[in-house]
Amino acid sequence: MKATRIFSVILSAVLCTTALTACGGKKNQLIKVGIINNDPNESGYRTANDKDLKATFTKENGFDAEFRYSMKNDVQINDAQKFIQDDVDYLLLSAADMAGWDTVLKDAKKAGVKVILFDRTIDADESLYEASIVSDMDKEGETAVDWLKGQNLPKYEIIHLQGVMGSAAQKGRSGALDKTAGELGWTIVKQQTAEWSAEKAQQIVQSVIDSKTSFNVIYAENDDMAKGAVAALDKANISHGVGKDVIIMGFDCNKWALKELKAGNWNYDGQCNPFQSSYIKDIIDKLEKGEKLAEKRIVMNEKGFDAAQITDEDVETYGIGT
Amino acid sequence: MTEKTVLRKQESWISSILRHQIIIPIAALLLLSLFNLIADPSFFCITLGHNSAGNPVLSGNLITIIDCGSELAILAIGMTLVTAASGGQDISVGAAIAISGSVIIRVLCGTNTRPDTLQAPIIVAFLVACLVAMAFGAFNGALVAFFRIQPMVATLILFTAGRSIAAWINNNELPVISDESFTYFGGYLPGIPIPTPFFIALLCYLITWAVLKFTTLGLYVQSVGINEKTAHLNGLNPVLIKLATYILLGLCVAVCGLIKVSRISTINYSVIAKDIEMDAILAVALGGNSLSGGKFNMSASILGAYVIQFLTTTLYKFNVQSDALSAYKAVVVIVLVVLSAPSVREKLSALVRKLHTSGQTTPAA
Repeated sequence: MKATRIFSVILSAVLCTTALTACGGKKNQLIKVGIINNDPNESGYRTANDKDLKATFTKENGFDAEFRYSMKNDVQINDAQKFIQDDVDYLLLSAADMAGWDTVLKDAKKAGVKVILFDRTIDADESLYEASIVSDMDKEGETAVDWLKGQNLPKYEIIHLQGVMGSAAQKGRSGALDKTAGELGWTIVKQQTAEWSAEKAQQIVQSVIDSKTSFNVIYAENDDMAKGAVAALDKANISHGVGKDVIIMGFDCNKWALKELKAGNWNYDGQCNPFQSSYIKDIIDKLEKGEKLAEKRIVMNEKGFDAAQITDEDVETYGIGT
Repeated sequence: MTEKTVLRKQESWISSILRHQIIIPIAALLLLSLFNLIADPSFFCITLGHNSAGNPVLSGNLITIIDCGSELAILAIGMTLVTAASGGQDISVGAAIAISGSVIIRVLCGTNTRPDTLQAPIIVAFLVACLVAMAFGAFNGALVAFFRIQPMVATLILFTAGRSIAAWINNNELPVISDESFTYFGGYLPGIPIPTPFFIALLCYLITWAVLKFTTLGLYVQSVGINEKTAHLNGLNPVLIKLATYILLGLCVAVCGLIKVSRISTINYSVIAKDIEMDAILAVALGGNSLSGGKFNMSASILGAYVIQFLTTTLYKFNVQSDALSAYKAVVVIVLVVLSAPSVREKLSALVRKLHTSGQTTPAA
């Protein structure tokens, strides 16, 4: 008897609180957002991306955001289903894999949850999501190669350090260089994957130096590999940077890399924009007002920095990390 | 001496060489050298130059090999012991290197991510990293020794979680150390033209050699690996010995961590020492050691490590297409491992003996 009574008291108390919080939620008009992202430990890019999202989707800005992280697709799908059951208003998704999202996105649609993809696209029908905010890796590559073209070097002998083969960033950034090099007859002295690793990049550049092949450009598909390449050049006493023997190009705009750029040790760094939250917020604002979006696929603005023009302000604004 | 005894002597000389374990990595090394010699002899060219700091440095493919292969060689020492004692491999060494590297950077940087001066002496940072790596080694070892979990499964835990732990140690930031003296361990000591990692590997090898020579550790490890029960009946404690090998591997990991972070003065949690565990296991296998435990040959494993680096450098030199790189590596590895299989070696030595005797008898007849 006693137990039942206590139980019923507890139950009613719980019910009351839920009812109250539900009311409170409506009163404050917080927009409920479920965010599924990759593990922030994955890279400096992801860390910056996560920090940016956390800074935007706050209570002060009118959001009630919950975060889930995984680099595994099935875990992410589970999280998405939980978010749909929790009745979130928006589901923000950076999917680990492109495939496997149809069912859960259909469920979301049925439940009236609006889905916005960021950073990565998926293989699913466009009607299943409101918008996707992506980096255009092809364009990143083209911007960089255009910059290189603009240097009007008497000869182009390029060491091309690739990322992990098959990744979107590698494909886009390699594609642009391959194309232009073919058209303009640039020599690619060495094209090899260093799998985003500084150390492997160092070994590859070292092997070119050891074989006494001449080169004047290093096109590294991320900052780490550019750093490794520079270490090999320093060891062989080959000068690099603005007005020196070898042009150094990197991607991702880590803050330390932009500082190298500012110091004139590197020549170019291409941005891969991790700051998607302002774009997402814009879309949510529009959707909340009932406006229609002009386009589903939104490509972010991405810059390329030239060592000669970069300012301290740029380093602070666009640099990733500390 | 009759002709027959001479013949038999030569025969046994050849087959005893062939039966010797270290012949496998040596043969692999010779094979790769021969290939390079034929394809492009300039592979072996070594030149003395100066780096941008004005120090004399030797450079050339061979220097790259002894430089970059050194971490692997150091790891191979620990991996050989672990393999011999527990009959399994530790697949978490790459993640553990990330952790110890992260610890070193954390101690050196303190809370500042870009310190102008080091916050602690490098030796302190290194010792802390040793303790941490040995603690993680002890964790793996305890799972294997006390709870009798398969080594590969036990170390899978750290393999999965290690890089996240490494990132967490530094609050997920990417500190950069600008102090000159920190680059010595992965680069060059001023005035010495040979890369420091090679000296570190040499030192590790000498210490291991001395320990195996003057203590009974090697014998104990082998007897535990061959038959745990017999070892126990003979008064050894298999649990402690297995645990000790994992802790020793932890020590090797800390040394590798120091070299790795010193090379680039910073750390990238997701790519540092990536896939090194597979190379370390391969080094042990190339050394002709049984992966199911028991007898081992330390020198052969270390040589195996340098063979792997030799192969990598060769592939880089010959402009192998990026997407085919791992396929080439796989083919060479398959050939080497098949050649080192006991049954194949038995057949080969029989073949050599046959050729030898026929070569000896023809002129006599």
